[in-house]
Amino acid sequence: MAKGDRGTTTRGKRATPRAGRSRSGRAGDPELVQLLTPEGERIDSVTGPDGTEYTVDFTDEEYRGLYRDLVVIRKLDAEATALQRQGELGIWASLLGQEAAQVGSGRALRPQDMAFPTYREHGVLYCRGIDPIMPLGLFRGVDQGGWDPNEFKFNMYTIVIGAQTLHATGYAMGITMDGKTGTDDGEAVIAYFGDGATSQGDVNEAFVWSSVFNAPIVFFCQNNQYAISEPLERQTRIPLYQRSSGFGFPGIRVDGNDVLATYAVTRAALDNARHGQGPTMIEAYTYRMGAHTTTDDPTRYRIASEVEAWQAKDPIARVRAFLEKQQIADEAFFAGVDEEAKQESLSLRERVLAMPDPQPLTLFDHVHAEGSPEVDAQRDQLAAYLDSFEGSTH
Amino acid sequence: MATETLTLGRALTLGLRRALEHDPKVVIMGEDVGKLGGVFRITDQLQKDFGENRVIDTPLAESGIIGTAVGLAIRGYRPICEIQFDGFVYPAYDQIVSQVAKMHYRSQGKVKMPIVIRIPFGGGIGAVEHHSESPEAYFAHTAGLKVVACSNPQDAYVMIQQAVRSDDPVVFLEPKRRYHEKGRVDTDTEVATAYPLNASRVVRSGSDVTVLAYGPMVRTALDAATAAEEDGRSLEVIDLRTLSPFDLDPVYDSVRRTGRCVVVHEAPSNVGLGAELAARITENCFYSLESPVLRVTGFDTPYPAARLEEDYLPNLDRVLDAVDRTFGW
Repeated sequence: MAKGDRGTTTRGKRATPRAGRSRSGRAGDPELVQLLTPEGERIDSVTGPDGTEYTVDFTDEEYRGLYRDLVVIRKLDAEATALQRQGELGIWASLLGQEAAQVGSGRALRPQDMAFPTYREHGVLYCRGIDPIMPLGLFRGVDQGGWDPNEFKFNMYTIVIGAQTLHATGYAMGITMDGKTGTDDGEAVIAYFGDGATSQGDVNEAFVWSSVFNAPIVFFCQNNQYAISEPLERQTRIPLYQRSSGFGFPGIRVDGNDVLATYAVTRAALDNARHGQGPTMIEAYTYRMGAHTTTDDPTRYRIASEVEAWQAKDPIARVRAFLEKQQIADEAFFAGVDEEAKQESLSLRERVLAMPDPQPLTLFDHVHAEGSPEVDAQRDQLAAYLDSFEGSTH
Repeated sequence: MATETLTLGRALTLGLRRALEHDPKVVIMGEDVGKLGGVFRITDQLQKDFGENRVIDTPLAESGIIGTAVGLAIRGYRPICEIQFDGFVYPAYDQIVSQVAKMHYRSQGKVKMPIVIRIPFGGGIGAVEHHSESPEAYFAHTAGLKVVACSNPQDAYVMIQQAVRSDDPVVFLEPKRRYHEKGRVDTDTEVATAYPLNASRVVRSGSDVTVLAYGPMVRTALDAATAAEEDGRSLEVIDLRTLSPFDLDPVYDSVRRTGRCVVVHEAPSNVGLGAELAARITENCFYSLESPVLRVTGFDTPYPAARLEEDYLPNLDRVLDAVDRTFGW
């Protein structure tokens, strides 16, 4: 069994017979909340170190819905990668392998919760109800991401590593100042970042601030094992989720390839936050199956056997195995989901190819909320220059 | 009209008080701004009167101050961030130039960043290193930010309120060596209709040379103008007030009349605002100029030890020397 695959969790009273195999192979390996094994076997509940019982109670329809999300997101991601390879996108940051971490956490959000993503949270974006074409404008270079952060409660993508964790913290402080915590319908914030980001000053400052202001925030770290080429060992000497204890709030590691456990752990942490119990750090232990971005070559820094070991923990295969074993879904359902994903990706492709280039003068739009005579003057100069060409219709 | 004689520092305090009263979404945040009232006491008594949720003592982390202000702004607040000293703003530099300045643009206007970043700037107070710098060019170089500097108590009182009401992020530079200089302040000034934030102003009329200054150097330029008058030279002094965007029509009008221009700032000359001003004046007033635009600035050295700062900082004599040189062409 690979390191960290299955944790030394204390199982709830409804634990499955597999509990006897739950100890990880190496002493000192951290605990890992898991509700669905790579073989598709369901663990009823897991009790965390602080006594929290993590479980989910989905209807068959909801289980099928999660599977559908995972498949569609993987397909859309593959389509975007293909579009980049064909020269239609400048770059793409694939989420391949991290679908469960994103769907599990994304579906755990309530409508009133606010999410602060990196540039890889295409799955969370999808869960927030945003048209998946939206981030492609950014990667195609025709806009800077087109959604309204306030309307969808999903902030803009953030490229500078970790900067968004402070924005999330400030937003969470605002929730407290607005008196929107302490009840079941309170608000909470989730901040996404990766293992590399935990080395950033901003992330550590966000931990300090959230802790001392008891902000209603969940720090959701997708530990995908590499910051471009730098392995986890270059970021930390302790399991990342244990970082939080030094800042004064709980941390927990979840199987990031397990959509059920990710959902359960995130929901619990968000509920704690919305009830005024402050921040939690979640380390979703997962693996980036593809490249960091399409400009990256992971064969230079990791070996094939490692990738193969993680393929055995695929987040989609295990849900499918579960659905089949439980007879929740039949072949017709799986074929239907595949067809739906195919149609969505075809639609995405057609719409990306139809994205018009922006008009030149729009580059001056929205520099300042209140305008600037200097920017206006430069706009006029460019307009006059463009007009000097015969037949210009800028 | 109610007028009071106030120091520039007290005028800022009163302006901040008015801003807090005017809009419940205004919050002040920074290191030591609460009980202590800030190291310069600019936020004196404000936490006592408005509470810990409006005047927030923060952890000692500049990136955190600005980064959390971004989140508060997204949430609908109007944060006023105090950076304790100019040389301490650099840990927050990424948040200011990469996040604060660009959010409105990146969101295509959907997210506003009504954040004020107050920075006591400049030298002349005998401080140790990192306490006397003039970082304005870094911020003026960044699209999306407004950069302004006040130079007198009346402006300080009004401009800080205007900056807080602005829907754009404003880097608000306070001339720390002028905090204790007094002036008359009309406390009834209607902020919305007052002289605008983004406008320069002729503060002394003259006919021979145009002298451009902002912040702490406005007083120096005015003193030079008084001294020059004794030598029979008439200097026109313009307080730029807004450093990004510039408001240069009054400058062009002045230079076209005087034919000569001297720019004064404390920051080093290399790639400083003086270079930008000289270039723009040359482009716009070329046929009116009797001599090149000259700069009187700090030197291209790190800010020196306090016992050397009188040699480093532009003073009355260096301004007058530059004025003399404009007549040498």
